[in-house]
Amino acid sequence: MATPTMDKVEADAAAASHLITVTFRIRRFNPEVSADATWEDFQLEIDPKERVLDGLHKIKWDLDGSLTFRRSCAHGICGSDAMRINGKNRLACKTLIKDINPAKPITVEPIKGLTVLKDLVVDMDPFFQAYRDVMPFLVTTGNEPTRERLQSAEDRERFDDTTKCILCAACTSSCPVFWNDGQYFGPAAIVNAHRFIFDSRDEAGEQRLEILNDKDGVWRCRTTFNCTDACPRGIEVTKAIQEVKRALITRRF
Amino acid sequence: MSTDTTVEKSGGSGIGPVEGASLYDVDNPAPVIEAPRKRTTKTPRATRGNFEMAAWLFMRLSGVVLVVLVITHLLIQLVLDGGVSKIGFAFVAGRWASPFWQVWDLLMLWLAMLHGANGLRTVINDYAERPNTRLWLKGLLYTATVFTILLGTLVIFTFDPNIR
Repeated sequence: MATPTMDKVEADAAAASHLITVTFRIRRFNPEVSADATWEDFQLEIDPKERVLDGLHKIKWDLDGSLTFRRSCAHGICGSDAMRINGKNRLACKTLIKDINPAKPITVEPIKGLTVLKDLVVDMDPFFQAYRDVMPFLVTTGNEPTRERLQSAEDRERFDDTTKCILCAACTSSCPVFWNDGQYFGPAAIVNAHRFIFDSRDEAGEQRLEILNDKDGVWRCRTTFNCTDACPRGIEVTKAIQEVKRALITRRF
Repeated sequence: MSTDTTVEKSGGSGIGPVEGASLYDVDNPAPVIEAPRKRTTKTPRATRGNFEMAAWLFMRLSGVVLVVLVITHLLIQLVLDGGVSKIGFAFVAGRWASPFWQVWDLLMLWLAMLHGANGLRTVINDYAERPNTRLWLKGLLYTATVFTILLGTLVIFTFDPNIR
């Protein structure tokens, strides 16, 4: 029978053995200090089965409290912590260290195409303005029913994919057309328009289509599939955009 | 829409004013989603005759037609019947004696030029960041396109096989 002390030492040794040393290379920007953004390296011991967000937490809590980033739920639902990790837009809270080659430095940058406010925090206003512009709410006419608005399972299935959006901006900020001047509505806004255009209960599909028929609407999409690759929810974003295009041409939705 | 009333009674408590409207008030226990900037009336404004949609459709349709036109053209010119060595003034003159090949080449000229010009237009739209750069690049593009199309059309229609 082992003593408690022995147990603890063994546990510590076992716990320490699976930790690896990882370098986080983080794009830092603080307008109060310098107008230039710089790379800063942080080395830390971390379990490879932990997430990039845990690494950022370790840095912020133990190494450098000035590191700034957004996160709320930390479990891939709130969509706050989309960032460019190793050159690809991902959610820091859904990316495991072991999946992104921890042998090399892990680069963490703010998402592109939106103004950086500090470190990994960007100004999301243009993104949400485009979202508002497509009227992401149910529009109906007539009297309100006294019970729920019912819908068949097939009708619900039609737009099921696009209901998964968490508005993290990973898709929009991976879109090369959005990077240019930010006037393009962006994949996220089109996905959320798709969610209502193809909803049998909604009556403003025509209006939303006309909004997306704009010069900076769906026709600027070049089908590069960056958005589909970037989406942490696995939404087939480019497919949704193409379906909106088809609806615009055939006026069937 | 209801946004106007929300803005008026924005004295309600909330985290702070967001774009002129308070986040919450008695009637809106959830955050207010602002109405879109434009087009709040029932019938939306038609947007520029949907030029972008026409351009997008044209790219797809002309692309399909061009595949047939260009591959056949390349086969006839470069592969079949002796290959590239047979091409000379006489060969071209012989083909253009037939109205069928005249129309073929005319169609190919117009579709290919407009297809290419529209592709470059979107590239300029996507990559030129300053309005002035855009203006000049597009001006250059349109001039070159119109010049090439007109010159080519002129040649096809006024081609004289007996020229000295």
